[in-house]
Amino acid sequence: MEFTELLLEALSSISLNKMRTALATLGIVIGTASVIALISLGNSSQKSVENQIQSLGSNLLTVQPGFQSSGGVRGAAGGATSLTYEDAQAILDPSAGISGVKNVSAGLMRRVQVIAGGNNTNTEIAGVTPAYADVHNVNTSSGSFISQADLSNMSKVAVLGPTVASDLFGDNANPVGQTIRVNGQILRIIGVTVSKGGSGFQNQDDMIYVPLTTVQKQLFGVDYVSSISVQAESSDVMTNVENGVGYLLLARHKLSDPSKADFSILSQNDILGAANQITGTLTALLSGIAAISLIVGGIGIMNIMLVTVTERTREIGLRKALGAKKKLIITQFLIESVILTASGGVLGVILGILFSYIISHFINLPFTVSFQSVILSLGVSGMIGIIFGLYPARKAANLQPIEALRYE
Amino acid sequence: MIVVRDVSKVYKSGDVQTIALSKVSFEIKRGEFVAIMGPSGSGKSTLMNILGALDTPTSGEYFLDGEKIANLSDDALADIRNRKIGFIFQSFNLLPRTTALKNVMLPMAYAGISRVERERKAKEYLKMVGLEDRMEHTSSQLSGGQQQRVAIARGLAVQPSILLADEPTGNIASVQADEIMEIFQNLNKEGHTIVMITHEPDITACAKRIIHIRDGKIFEDAKNLHVRRIK
Repeated sequence: MEFTELLLEALSSISLNKMRTALATLGIVIGTASVIALISLGNSSQKSVENQIQSLGSNLLTVQPGFQSSGGVRGAAGGATSLTYEDAQAILDPSAGISGVKNVSAGLMRRVQVIAGGNNTNTEIAGVTPAYADVHNVNTSSGSFISQADLSNMSKVAVLGPTVASDLFGDNANPVGQTIRVNGQILRIIGVTVSKGGSGFQNQDDMIYVPLTTVQKQLFGVDYVSSISVQAESSDVMTNVENGVGYLLLARHKLSDPSKADFSILSQNDILGAANQITGTLTALLSGIAAISLIVGGIGIMNIMLVTVTERTREIGLRKALGAKKKLIITQFLIESVILTASGGVLGVILGILFSYIISHFINLPFTVSFQSVILSLGVSGMIGIIFGLYPARKAANLQPIEALRYE
Repeated sequence: MIVVRDVSKVYKSGDVQTIALSKVSFEIKRGEFVAIMGPSGSGKSTLMNILGALDTPTSGEYFLDGEKIANLSDDALADIRNRKIGFIFQSFNLLPRTTALKNVMLPMAYAGISRVERERKAKEYLKMVGLEDRMEHTSSQLSGGQQQRVAIARGLAVQPSILLADEPTGNIASVQADEIMEIFQNLNKEGHTIVMITHEPDITACAKRIIHIRDGKIFEDAKNLHVRRIK
């Protein structure tokens, strides 16, 4: 008997009981759809996190102060006051001999209350050097960024992030030329940055930028920085630059043992890796749960196939009496269960893609569907048809024709 | 062509043994028309299952065309049924929701005959049993007699050594029963071997030889001197 004939026969016997077929397939549809939707949403959020990290600047190394120990009490990482603007300048200085450094910026970040007229907001103030704009891809939509002159003169000027600007002055207002008050000092606004659409762990829209010297001397009276960003010329020289910066800072801080360093260097790849690990784990976890529903769907198919075998006992007996061999009966029933799961798989893939499109649209994620996840789901749903169809099919093939013919 | 020698069949259910057939022996030659008769529980259905290679004897030997049918695998038995036996069941056993034509084509499909050839032969046999204008009807659109005629066409399809009929008229009206017997007699005249199991005397009377079975044993095996001819 040809395969096409078996296929046609299977299709006609499936179509006899449309409601039951549809309900049995539904389990597979839901399982496949959730696997597809969750994998693609996982990939989307991974991509979005990657984009955000990359939007902070490319080929970046971030130097942060380490913890500070005083009298055996160990402080929090980043709490030390060991990094200075001079460290940043030394890294860029050709006499330090670190090749591959493109640009360096230093910054001091604090949370502050900012007041403008009757409005106020709590935001992050960043004391920065002019190189900050270049290193971190910050552009102004109006006005200009902090200049070298602002830095040297300790000018009382500020550049607002768009979120802060709208919080203090309302949407669509141009605050350039107006003033804000921070820590009792009046700062004149000279620019507003372009929105990066940022969210998550470091929102570059919710920030005000002020010359580093102004923040250090005028606002807080300190002389350290809370981070130094080093931009490498390319990703190939990152390791080289990382080592060079490390040794230079150890030497400058008069430390001989690298394990006692009072700073830590974080490359962008480290952050990316950590973020990917988190989203990857989440995606795997959710897909695992979805896969369980696929297995439950498979059990539903097995159940329906067992019912079908019982219902068609006489027919199977007759076929065997007329000379159908076991293999043929098994093939016939396997084709039926694979048709059920494969069609469920196809429907599920379509539905899953639709779901992930709608969801990613609503929560503002890039929409991606991985080709592999589609192929995988289709393969898995087909496999489920074979695995869960095999037992009912074997049961059918092992029926004794005499018993089966007598069955009422 | 059929040789049954000392065939016994014992069913065991726990400690209880039921002897369905006890040392039955007979031969049936090519071209015979034999009725196997007996009351219910006489063992005739068991005999029919063994003759039809649906079951194998507990002891004794059964040869079909010189081939010994014993201790064979399920698939080997299926193959023998397919090549050598044309079944006609009491309850017709056609595939439901399937046309007469497709029903007749089914055993030929299992025999590996090509689709075109299957269709040609199926039409030929349906014509032979007088159903040329009912080929595309499904079982539920046919009367009992017509369904049984489809079953006969199906039985003939693979040109078996014997046509094995189990109460072929048990489920149909007597007028139609006579039509079936007429077909049997015509087929027999053309040389087909027919073995028919029944308990109805006027159906038995159509055969040329009658084997009476009672309590699992052959009670009488004789030529029918007064064959009822249906014309």
